Amino acid sequence: MDLAAAKMIGAGIATLALAGVGIGLGNIFGSFLGSALRNPTAAPKLFGNLLLGFALTEAVALFALVIAFLILFT
Amino acid sequence: MAAESHSPLEQFTIKRHFHLDMGGVDASFTNSSVSMVVVVILISALMIWGMSRRSLVPGRLQSTAELAYEFIAGMVQENIGSKGKKYFPFIFSLFMFILFSNMLGMVPYQFTATSHIIVTFAMALFVFVGVTLIGLARHGLHFFSYFLPPGVPMWLAPLIVPIEILSYLSRPISLSLRLFANMLAGHTMMKVFAGFVVALGFVAGWAPLLFVVALTGLELLIAFLQAYVFTILTCLYLSDAIHLEH
Repeated sequence: MDLAAAKMIGAGIATLALAGVGIGLGNIFGSFLGSALRNPTAAPKLFGNLLLGFALTEAVALFALVIAFLILFT
Repeated sequence: MAAESHSPLEQFTIKRHFHLDMGGVDASFTNSSVSMVVVVILISALMIWGMSRRSLVPGRLQSTAELAYEFIAGMVQENIGSKGKKYFPFIFSLFMFILFSNMLGMVPYQFTATSHIIVTFAMALFVFVGVTLIGLARHGLHFFSYFLPPGVPMWLAPLIVPIEILSYLSRPISLSLRLFANMLAGHTMMKVFAGFVVALGFVAGWAPLLFVVALTGLELLIAFLQAYVFTILTCLYLSDAIHLEH
């Protein structure tokens, strides 16, 4: 296998991190909605934490993207 | 990917406007510097112009300035408490700078200063060093007890302490990489989909066009969210260093 093809495959494999991120994001929003329906008055207070969790989880996907870019362009 | 001149990463290239060499260090005035200067001017204009009238019933500009102030003041109060009031100017300028850089990047043909890791890493390193110094100044050598959380049995210490130190040292990396990668990924994605519009032409191009419009909305949200996350994490780190309970 030549190097260019191996790089493409490697970059593709690097995006597998999205599977975990998908599970994590679903978990965050799912549990937020579930608990918001149980206790709607507490929901607005937790919205900031929801966004924080969302951004922290999403960052993992972007780390994978950075790795993919590093593989492709270096 | 299309020809090299139309690469989606082309928008991140640094162009020198005029060369400046300071003792071997390349300190040229680049398009990144231009956008940072514009950001500072915009923030100053908003705060000075908005607050110059100081009417009891605020106008549009004054409302915006007050909204930003109250938002950050609330965040500092909530996360650090009254001891954090000293650090409010720093946190406020950090938030405004990141927010305006991100928002300026959403203007077509504008350069995004925060899409370069050196910019975000400089900010994150400044926060990291500053927080560590504040912690050391406030607690002295007792600060190092931070790396051994209370309630941990002694036989676990050889395992916990290296993990805590490693996670502490990786803070500036994760802080800067998060902002940088979000900006890079968002802008690249928009360019890729904008490329689809051109490639599909007049007949089928409207479908990705609609998507680009939706994506722009999402990117505006992300631009705000990343500024918020960067600031709130700075607040949390500061609160850790000041209170030192956990």
